[in-house]
Amino acid sequence: MSARLEGWGRLIDRSEPLTYSFNGRDLRGYRGDTLASALLAAGQVMQGRSFKYHRPRGPVAAGAEEPNALVNLGQGARFEPDQRATTTELFEGLVAESQNHWPSLDFDVGVVNNALARFLPAGFYNKTFMAPRGAWKHVFEPAIRQSAGLGRAPKAADADRYEHLYAHYDVVVVGGGVAGLTAARAAATSGLRVLVMEQAPHWGGRAPVDGGEIDRLDPEGWVRNVVEELEKAKNVTLRRRMMAAGVYDHGYLIGYERVADHTPLDGRPRHRLWRIRAGRIVTATGAIERPLAFAGNDVPGVMLASAMRDYLVNWGAAVGRRVVVVTNNDDAYRTALAMHEAGREVAAVLDARPLVTGALATRVREAGIRVLEGRAIAKVHGRKGVTGVAVTAQAGAGGAVEEIGCDAVAMSGGWSPVVHLWSHCGGKLVWDEAQALFRPDPSRPPTGADGEGFVVTAGAASGALTLAGALADGHDAGKAAAKAMGGKVTRKAAPKAEPEEAQPILPVWIMPAEAGPELKAKMWLDFQNDVKVSDVELAAREGYESVEHTKRYTTLGMATDQGKLSNINGLAVLSQALGQDIPATGTTTFRPPYTPISMASIAGEARGELFQPLRRSPIHDWHEANGAHWEPVGHWRRPYTYPRGAETLAEAVNREVNNTRANVGLLDASTLGKIVVKGPDAGRFLDMMYTNVMSSLPVGKCRYGLMCSENGFLIDDGVVARLAEDTWLCHTTTGGADRIHGHMEDWLQCEWWDWKVYTANLTEQFAQIGVVGPKARAVLEALGGMDLSKEALPFMHWAEGELAGIPARVFRISFSGELSYEIAVPAGRGRELWDRLVEAGEAHGVMPYGTEALHVMRAEKGFIMIGDETDGTVIPQDLGLNWAISKKKEDFLGKRAQERPHMADPERWKLIGLETLDGSVIPDGAYIVADGVNENGQRNTQGRVTSTYFSPTLGRGIAMALLHRGPERMGEEVEIPVLGAGKAPIRARVVETCFFDKPGAKQDV
Amino acid sequence: MSEAVSALEGATYEGYCTVSDRGPVGMVTLRGDLGSEGLAKAVKAATGLALPGQGAIVGKGGVSLAWMSPDELMLFCAHQDAPGLAAGLAKALADQHALVADVSDARAVLRLEGTAVREVMAKLTPADVAPGAFGPGQMRRTRIAQVAAGFWMPDETSFDVIVFRSVARYAFDLMANAARPGGEVGLFAPS
Repeated sequence: MSARLEGWGRLIDRSEPLTYSFNGRDLRGYRGDTLASALLAAGQVMQGRSFKYHRPRGPVAAGAEEPNALVNLGQGARFEPDQRATTTELFEGLVAESQNHWPSLDFDVGVVNNALARFLPAGFYNKTFMAPRGAWKHVFEPAIRQSAGLGRAPKAADADRYEHLYAHYDVVVVGGGVAGLTAARAAATSGLRVLVMEQAPHWGGRAPVDGGEIDRLDPEGWVRNVVEELEKAKNVTLRRRMMAAGVYDHGYLIGYERVADHTPLDGRPRHRLWRIRAGRIVTATGAIERPLAFAGNDVPGVMLASAMRDYLVNWGAAVGRRVVVVTNNDDAYRTALAMHEAGREVAAVLDARPLVTGALATRVREAGIRVLEGRAIAKVHGRKGVTGVAVTAQAGAGGAVEEIGCDAVAMSGGWSPVVHLWSHCGGKLVWDEAQALFRPDPSRPPTGADGEGFVVTAGAASGALTLAGALADGHDAGKAAAKAMGGKVTRKAAPKAEPEEAQPILPVWIMPAEAGPELKAKMWLDFQNDVKVSDVELAAREGYESVEHTKRYTTLGMATDQGKLSNINGLAVLSQALGQDIPATGTTTFRPPYTPISMASIAGEARGELFQPLRRSPIHDWHEANGAHWEPVGHWRRPYTYPRGAETLAEAVNREVNNTRANVGLLDASTLGKIVVKGPDAGRFLDMMYTNVMSSLPVGKCRYGLMCSENGFLIDDGVVARLAEDTWLCHTTTGGADRIHGHMEDWLQCEWWDWKVYTANLTEQFAQIGVVGPKARAVLEALGGMDLSKEALPFMHWAEGELAGIPARVFRISFSGELSYEIAVPAGRGRELWDRLVEAGEAHGVMPYGTEALHVMRAEKGFIMIGDETDGTVIPQDLGLNWAISKKKEDFLGKRAQERPHMADPERWKLIGLETLDGSVIPDGAYIVADGVNENGQRNTQGRVTSTYFSPTLGRGIAMALLHRGPERMGEEVEIPVLGAGKAPIRARVVETCFFDKPGAKQDV
Repeated sequence: MSEAVSALEGATYEGYCTVSDRGPVGMVTLRGDLGSEGLAKAVKAATGLALPGQGAIVGKGGVSLAWMSPDELMLFCAHQDAPGLAAGLAKALADQHALVADVSDARAVLRLEGTAVREVMAKLTPADVAPGAFGPGQMRRTRIAQVAAGFWMPDETSFDVIVFRSVARYAFDLMANAARPGGEVGLFAPS
């Protein structure tokens, strides 16, 4: 039975009681509690059930490594599953539910899995795939889904906010224990920028629990002094509740700050993701105690010796009235002493070592506690809680020599340095035989751009497990990091602690050493995923020799704790089974994040309105106010159409097309790219960029041009205007503006760096409005300011002047086949011009039109659209655009590629128009079929539809398509299947691409 | 005659820092050989300013000049002065290979003010904006969240941020969100 003890609990504030609820029961804890400590203090040892067998489980650890005590936390829009009770700070009103049980934590139907456990051995999951094909889908998957799984998925959108923070430091110290603080203090004296982060809400790590003296102070007092000193240093940033999640190349480090997990609804961001560039990273991440593998080591009440000590010293929560300690090293004796001091009965310390001589053991014996040498636990009694242990000889097979009644077991199998951050970016490990642990190999660190190691370990993370050793190592690490960054460290000496006289650890991977299969099937390695010694041994027998394969086959270390407790024990058991040394087996790969971080913290502010930048034209607000139906074009929103009243979108588009062809339409063309190209070599440059000749274009005129990649494929098109002798303005597609500007700069900077050409992307400087239709000129004349008659401004010319008092450049170009002007004005006056045009156009029946009407009108004219008629595999010759490809020019980008045999092949699919026989509209993306089927039994194809619309002008469906030898097949009928059972294919006639006003009379008036 | 409008038309947000639209600002881009004496002379003649060094911004009397890239400068001035200054620069550079364009309307200029401006910017830009790493007199072209941006510090407690006009609203919302009360980090305590 666990309980709260008076006079214990250095981290809790008894003046601030808190109410919380667990599985619907209201409980009380204190400020400073974790959920796990509060539950233990309330007598609730069992806090969850396991993933596979639904076995009752209590916390086995007290920190980030906890595999068992996972809860569904919060409710509604603040609900989150799989939260570790051991790292969840208690707050008023906290609501938690245990996971993996039905109908209740106490009584679980799924626990029948226990009886069926022998049918769920290692690799059972993989083995289900081997069964008859249908079995997985219909038998195994539904069954596994029903019983497996951790917490529930949240249903409501997250109500909290999250943010990122970019930070730059010379030295980042990860871990605020005494080694980390020592490293930070050493590095800080250099004056360099230093960040110290600690995942827990308090500084000092284990030292205040484990005791000793630092510079003649108790650790707690020493920590307080050093933190005060660091707080005063202007070059040092101290953050608590912040975990280093991952280390990446170039000193990139992710810090995960849990700003407001413990203070919900206080208006602060819940998590802040620090995106840190660190010169050097000092990982003072401590070490994690290893469980011992004995039968029944997962029964609630069996926990790590250090955790039992933490719960007592930090939170005043005593786990058990009568405790048995089982160990293979000296450290667990601290737990025996602490429990004894707290007035709990320590029934015995079972030490696997045949002879016990350490100083701590002597103190334990002096306290009158029985120390049994060479002893092990054969078996833990109890199901939902410990009732006793069977004691046996470690050297034997498990024959009980004694039964000891107890309600809790503290176990210690030794310590493993937290090497995760060191390993994330390639730091290598070495097996330390004497201490039985993997520790970072300082000669093989992760290296940065300068070829030097950029991570240094400090303290227990280096394998320095004693207080004196950790302080000395921390000091050296801080000094080394600062020095590497060019800092001068003025602090000379490390803090001092008395050396401890300790007896070496005896590696124990299975307890007892000669245990048979029955016991091994109850020895848990991975608590969360229910992987036992027997599973790993089975994997070895079935041929899994690689630790990585064994991990996946058995799921060892694949749970949310990523094997923090099970990794070393598991690979040691595998090594034994394979008859090889532990270093020969090696570890699995350590990958970020160290513990799970919230997805929302990764998204940061990028949600809702800020999910993505939305680009707005200068006339955006008018479109919005006038009911535009939007079409996303890249990050832009462009009006697709402006439906009126009860109109459907199709009806609105038809009206806009008809009105533009009959009267006048307005198009917001501001998004089109506008790149100015200037210089003595600009003409020569544009002749290379475009397939046709731009250098010969007279000042004052416009010319349509095509741009290809050096592979010959059409990448963009648009109208080029020559502004001056040495200056051209290139219009690009909306999506091409940035891409084509980059393309131009690429060639100028990397290939033709000696050509005298400058470019500037002026896309956003101008609002551009298309005034289109037979009455366009009349509308513009009403604005006044420029002579826009046919004589003054003929087709494919441009002019500069003022319209309605606004400085404007007017281009007479047409993408619709109508009389058309595109008017560019400074963006800040674009809305003003639009408003003037709407007013002036009223008398002429002006209506705005959107991108869909634009598409329909250009298709009626047979004009191509980049992205419809092109897809990165189409060359201009495929589109019948040979007229725009210069034959005289010696070179242009794409010329050589277009001469290659496949590109010049007459068998290519080429652009034609299609007229449906029945007037219907061909579905988008349809294929034109040919006779027969291919080797896969699919219908042969001979072409595909690139653009298809209902043409209100012609009152029928029109389309363009790429068709095998298309232009040679005018008048031929082709067949286009329609998706859907029983639907008759559409028949269409091959025609020319221009459906309307072929001579172009309407645009040239 | 009507006036040019900025993309945000004077929007303001008061958080733990203040975000505001600076309204129409004159901007002239200049591309040329920054190492040539002729260009320096022409710039001096047209603006009265010496060329800024790499990553710097210089200013005098309401006109400032920022280094944008190894062959690009940006002139900031009153909006109505931009056409004249652009014409003056173009004329002074007529006999050299250079490109001058009035780009006053292509961008929005947002101002962030308050004692915590550095940490608010640090939430958005990967550039190092810590004291000592960045300060008045420097110009940085980088990004804020998902869009390209440039910024400089008119003084210790303000940033001017330029973004393309089309994303002015996004940038404003970003900065306002970063300056929301409760989001104080407590970094870069004023010295």
